[in-house]
Amino acid sequence: MTESSQDENIEVLTYSEIENIEGFIGNFDVTIRKKARSVDMSKCTGCGECVQKCPTKVPSEFDMGLGKRKAIYTPFAQAVPNVPVIDRDHCLKFQKDKCGVCQKVCPADAVDYTQQDELIQRKVGAIIVATGFSLFDWSVYEEYGGGRYKDVITGLHLERMLDTSGPTEGKVIRPSDGREAKQIVFVQCVGSRDEAKGVPYCSRICCMYTAKQTILLKDHVPDSQSYVFYIDIRAAGKNYEEFVKKAQRESGTVYIRGRVSKIYDRGDKLIVQGSDTLAGERVEIEADLVVLATAVVPNPDAVKLAQMLNMPYDQYGFYTEAHPKLQPVESVTAGVFLTGSCQFPKDIPDSVAMTGAASVRACAVFSQDELTIEPKIAWVDPEKCSGCFNCMEACPFDAIISEEYKGKMVAKVRESVCHGCGNCASTCRTKSVTVKGFSDEQIYAQIEAPFFEEEVEVA
Amino acid sequence: MEIGYFPGCSLHSTAQEFDLSVKAVCNLLDIHLQEIPDWNCCGASAAHETSEELGFALPYLDLVKAETASMETVLSPCPSCFSHLSETHEKVVSDNALGARLTEISGGKSYQGGISNQHVLDFFMNEVGLDTIREKVKKPLEGLKVACYYGCLTRLPGVNMDSIEHPMMMDRIIEALGAEVVDWTHKTECCGASLSITRTEIALRLGREILEAAQHAQADCIAVVCPLCQSNLDARQSGINRKYGTNFSFPVVYMTQLMGIAMGVPGSQLGFDKHIVAPSILNRY
Amino acid sequence: MPEILNRGDIHAFRDLILTLSGQDASRCIQCGKCSSGCPIAYEMEHLPSQILRFIQLNMQEKALSSNTIWLCAVCETCTVRCPESIDIAGIMDALRKVCRERGVKPGDKKIAKFNEIFLDSIKSNGRVYELGLVMKYNMATAQPFKDAALGPVMFSKGKLKISPDKVQDTGVVKNVFEKSRTFITSKKD
Repeated sequence: MTESSQDENIEVLTYSEIENIEGFIGNFDVTIRKKARSVDMSKCTGCGECVQKCPTKVPSEFDMGLGKRKAIYTPFAQAVPNVPVIDRDHCLKFQKDKCGVCQKVCPADAVDYTQQDELIQRKVGAIIVATGFSLFDWSVYEEYGGGRYKDVITGLHLERMLDTSGPTEGKVIRPSDGREAKQIVFVQCVGSRDEAKGVPYCSRICCMYTAKQTILLKDHVPDSQSYVFYIDIRAAGKNYEEFVKKAQRESGTVYIRGRVSKIYDRGDKLIVQGSDTLAGERVEIEADLVVLATAVVPNPDAVKLAQMLNMPYDQYGFYTEAHPKLQPVESVTAGVFLTGSCQFPKDIPDSVAMTGAASVRACAVFSQDELTIEPKIAWVDPEKCSGCFNCMEACPFDAIISEEYKGKMVAKVRESVCHGCGNCASTCRTKSVTVKGFSDEQIYAQIEAPFFEEEVEVA
Repeated sequence: MEIGYFPGCSLHSTAQEFDLSVKAVCNLLDIHLQEIPDWNCCGASAAHETSEELGFALPYLDLVKAETASMETVLSPCPSCFSHLSETHEKVVSDNALGARLTEISGGKSYQGGISNQHVLDFFMNEVGLDTIREKVKKPLEGLKVACYYGCLTRLPGVNMDSIEHPMMMDRIIEALGAEVVDWTHKTECCGASLSITRTEIALRLGREILEAAQHAQADCIAVVCPLCQSNLDARQSGINRKYGTNFSFPVVYMTQLMGIAMGVPGSQLGFDKHIVAPSILNRY
Repeated sequence: MPEILNRGDIHAFRDLILTLSGQDASRCIQCGKCSSGCPIAYEMEHLPSQILRFIQLNMQEKALSSNTIWLCAVCETCTVRCPESIDIAGIMDALRKVCRERGVKPGDKKIAKFNEIFLDSIKSNGRVYELGLVMKYNMATAQPFKDAALGPVMFSKGKLKISPDKVQDTGVVKNVFEKSRTFITSKKD
């Protein structure tokens, strides 16, 4: 990130959101909302004085609420750019018109309470969507306490605790009483592979990060013992199977094949009620801490972005690639590419590989003066077009525009946007739209060809 | 207000205190219970697991009898009776072929689908309402810690009320009586049902787990709305103590008994003498 | 003898159970959540998930002779937590009926006997006669002194009646018993 932010050909816009996207491949017009940071980026030196002096503490989102941040803050130490932002919902200045300490202490006079959101325009030739994922809200699992037990956490919480520069400085503690956890139970597939309460698919990343966490746990707390309740171990990647074996053999992680049915507390322990289907026995474990591997799900606003980009998405809200085997990083919309877990759950190696591929595909757009497109696209005969524009409504790709022809307004297909789906042709009442290569006459000729030996003339 | 009443077999024998207390509370609330004339057993799970048609036919007869007596609502205190009546009603109104078949085997008696089935929990929570209950309380159950035990009620077919894993309806009603409800871990665990007779050791194990959880939560008594839950926890308690060397002495009372006592009905009219573990902790109210 | 799985139609039992209960055991992904939460699993010969596996593999004998299908108390914990929404308790119910229909020796004789006597009681009285039921059951299972201490206590509390509570019209109940068929065969999900 730091390198990118310093590259003269890269503009990094953080704390910003896409407001609107118009245009097509090679000619996208993007409206971006730069949210009011309340700190002037051109003046701020990143000294951190304001953060240190800010009196307001808020649970840190980055640390999953395990630690605190200030009302003026950078989300984490390595954040790029190293310029803080004011959380206006918690800042005393914005809420009660009090305090103002950050402005007073800033040596660069960078704090600006009057800053407003700013809408900026950028013209781009290609778009790579890498918006990532969210985690499944597991509170629907009432049988796991539905959130009532503080010591039932998610893998992301544990990830923060295992970070030596994180909120617990690498200590693995029970959020309820701050004691170090010794008996830790991992529960796989919470939300994943559950058609009744969650999603049917496998989230792909949990088996491996859980194995990693059990290994780290053993390093951090040598007298700890980890148990993993799993349904199937999915370790299909280079050295993945070996890695899981390492967790079992070197870190002593015990894998138990069965889905957990219930978690409840007894005294200061959590009772994890499970079974081992390999032994054919029901089992219970007394745990200090329970870590749930919650499902990977699309971002809540994933569909909104898909609609801005005229880009299809699946029943869950993951973006759909143009072809699952041959065009895995292209979206159906020309010039829009996909990478990371906005498309489906991916681990780091897959994300990195696909990001490389998507970048190269985007560069390919710029490497040529002319764009080669599929010949199978629609064409409007302006002589016949009555200008009803029903085709415009029918087009799922926003490919049809209106233009003047001989004093009347007619439909026109933007060739670089059209996919040749034929919706316009079947909607047109005057038969003025044809998909090139698929005119009615051509199709009739194809049908007739097997039945008549004589050559059929194509109109 | 007049409504139909389906006591079921248990309320006429092992669960008489449930019957007495439902009637006493309804009486105070000006609700007149009209028993389904000549009702028969719902068949419980034994009928269902032996013959699918019989499992529906027995409750069907009761629905017909209730409808013939011009009833609109039928109140069933026993969860099993309620589930069987309710499920049969749902199946018959959505499956004409089943309705026709049940009409045939019950000697031409036809059910038109006019009965609304209610369990006591649902009835007191949603028909009577917490405000009315609060108004009627004369002796708030202050200082009484109650563990509300639902057993399998929320999971049974045809029940569809309250959260399945973490129900709160009984808790809300008992809170309205001025008592304190405890948050505990075993409110929906299984009591063993009829295994209590056939495989007593299993019911003792399950009963022990439930009582232990209530003890952890520091409850004074356990409230139930099911005859089987009551007898498995009350009548088997000494057996549990004998087998596991425990020292449980939990009164297991019906929710309606607690309602009755809070509303000023003397314990003698609520069947307090019928408990094996005497609910003497309630004498102070 | 090794069990040769493909001697018959491997889906035969799955199909039968689907027809009888409307539940498709082949949807089961063997996650084991039913077994994890089953309160009776400790006493069962096979876990509930294993019974579903037997159905998937057409191991009819194994499933039908297991005590698991009789010990199931139909508490429905498995059913409400199944990630595939399979009504596992409903499958157990169907298996008990297939067991009776085929005359397979029940995996738990006492429970099967109790249910028979329970139904006999309803058949003759229209209602359950609890004292008679327990006495009959104790005699039939040759354990006359079972709960000998509890009986008199219950009796003295007036919880057990000496004579049965009867419906007036026992004929209609008897009729229903005689005409009812084991399965409603028209159903299919």
